[in-house]
Amino acid sequence: MPGFRCQPGVGGRHRADTGRSVDLWPVDNAIEANGLGKRYGRRWALADCTLTVPAGQVVGLVGPNGAGKTTLLELAAGLLRPTTGTIRVRPRTGFVAQGAPAYAGLSVADHLRMGQALNARWDAGLARRQAAAAGLDLRQRAGRLSGGQRARLALTLAVAKRPELLILDEPVANLDPLARREFLDSVAAAVAASDEGTTVVFSSHLVADVERVCGYLIVLAGGEVRLAGPLSSLLAGRDGQRSLDDLVVFHLREVTR
Amino acid sequence: MTWLAWRQARAQTLIALTAVLAVAVAAVIAGRTDTTHRMWLSALVVAAPGLLGAFLGAPLVAAELENGTFRLAWTQDVSRVRWLALRLAVTGLASMAVTGLLSWFVTWWAGPLDRAGLDQFGSFDARDVVPVGYAAFAFALGVLYGLLLRATVPAMAVTLAVFTAVRVAFRLLARPVLLTPVTRALALNPATTGYGASGFLPFVPGSSLQPAAPDLPDAWVTSVAIVNGKGIALTGSVLARTCPGLGQGRGGGTGHVQAPQGAVNATQDCVARIAAAYHEVITDQPAGRYWPLQWYELCVYLAAALLLAAACAWRVRRVG
Repeated sequence: MPGFRCQPGVGGRHRADTGRSVDLWPVDNAIEANGLGKRYGRRWALADCTLTVPAGQVVGLVGPNGAGKTTLLELAAGLLRPTTGTIRVRPRTGFVAQGAPAYAGLSVADHLRMGQALNARWDAGLARRQAAAAGLDLRQRAGRLSGGQRARLALTLAVAKRPELLILDEPVANLDPLARREFLDSVAAAVAASDEGTTVVFSSHLVADVERVCGYLIVLAGGEVRLAGPLSSLLAGRDGQRSLDDLVVFHLREVTR
Repeated sequence: MTWLAWRQARAQTLIALTAVLAVAVAAVIAGRTDTTHRMWLSALVVAAPGLLGAFLGAPLVAAELENGTFRLAWTQDVSRVRWLALRLAVTGLASMAVTGLLSWFVTWWAGPLDRAGLDQFGSFDARDVVPVGYAAFAFALGVLYGLLLRATVPAMAVTLAVFTAVRVAFRLLARPVLLTPVTRALALNPATTGYGASGFLPFVPGSSLQPAAPDLPDAWVTSVAIVNGKGIALTGSVLARTCPGLGQGRGGGTGHVQAPQGAVNATQDCVARIAAAYHEVITDQPAGRYWPLQWYELCVYLAAALLLAAACAWRVRRVG
């Protein structure tokens, strides 16, 4: 079973990765972080974090605001370079950044063409089907899309490159309940449609979102992993907590004490 | 990939191109005879590279960092460096092409006036090929400051300031000596040498003898000095000792205002006495060096632009 270990306190025991910020590591785990830390000025956004994310699962990354979720996911996506430690991810990774950024002046069709231009294994048919399923007008400029539509566009771009690992950073944080439901369903559908056992890692500060689609849970707080494991086993040994939400809150409280 | 880079540069490039075409049409309609129009067109050629560097170069990466779209662009299969290289190439070439077109047009438009003026080096910065080098340099400078400052507006301001400083410093310190100037020794001519102050207003040195410009059409005279046989420059005290009373009247010499005949005679008499021990030494770039200097300066700026582009590639890998 994939385990976790995050010690408090960081004292430069781990050599920062001086070469590539992300090593490619095609084994059973989708992500493996070892002594991973990221510091901004004097503040550690993520501290001495060791964790593995199993391949072939939909993994929820839960934690309060400022827990280090975005830092961890951007390290995995290669957008950030670790201050300490190493992180290894599957070679082909799709990433949807927080807020689903898109080029306001480019149309939906332009974005799909961009995906094709920038990715070796682009699936144009899949991209068109995804865009159609999301109800996206190809001629519409991204700047005029609603938040929900932009999130679907970003998901389309990330899925059509046929990634082994799909990372979604707070994809539904700013969406209304209906758009939120549609987005999560489209993620589930995209995973089901791919026959390659895509791993999805998706962060949220709401346990309910995670519970709906995830089979594996990681709780992050204060830049450290607090709890990790398959949802079923976490619920089986839930220490008398009534729901997953209560379990997560219990672990977050235990830490702050 | 090239398509994407062009798609992202298209709007600004077409705006700049439209502006150039509008100026060209207006200038042709106005006719090719007015030296004031020529001055404005030259100023436009001088300003264009910096403006393009600020408006096309500075936002190239800074806007991506500000809008968060770098998280989209840099998480695709194509590496950051390759992404940047193509965007630098396409947008940079667009910037150079717009500047080149403007410079080519102004060079053609001002041709008759320039040839009549016999002062080709006077408009060196605003004609022919060098503006293309300035455009490449300003563009790469803008991209680099966008990467360093991570904010579009400050990067635009710093780009304009640094580009202007580099251009002025290069013009004053480097261009005169890019090719070793030709040195000529001439006898002082009492008929064409006056007395007065020279230099720009904040730096007016003491008044001295002022030889008239030598008759070197289309050449660039980079320095004029009056020295004796040992190469020592004429000092104010030597001048005062040799010619007591010089400059006490109401002026004289070759100025536009006709001086009293007495003062003219006194000045000519003085120059004749000075000329016994001193002569004039000028350094210049002859007319035939115009094109070698154009190509040389173009290459220097293009090389600097390539170095800046390499710095951008190094820097973009270290963002985050």
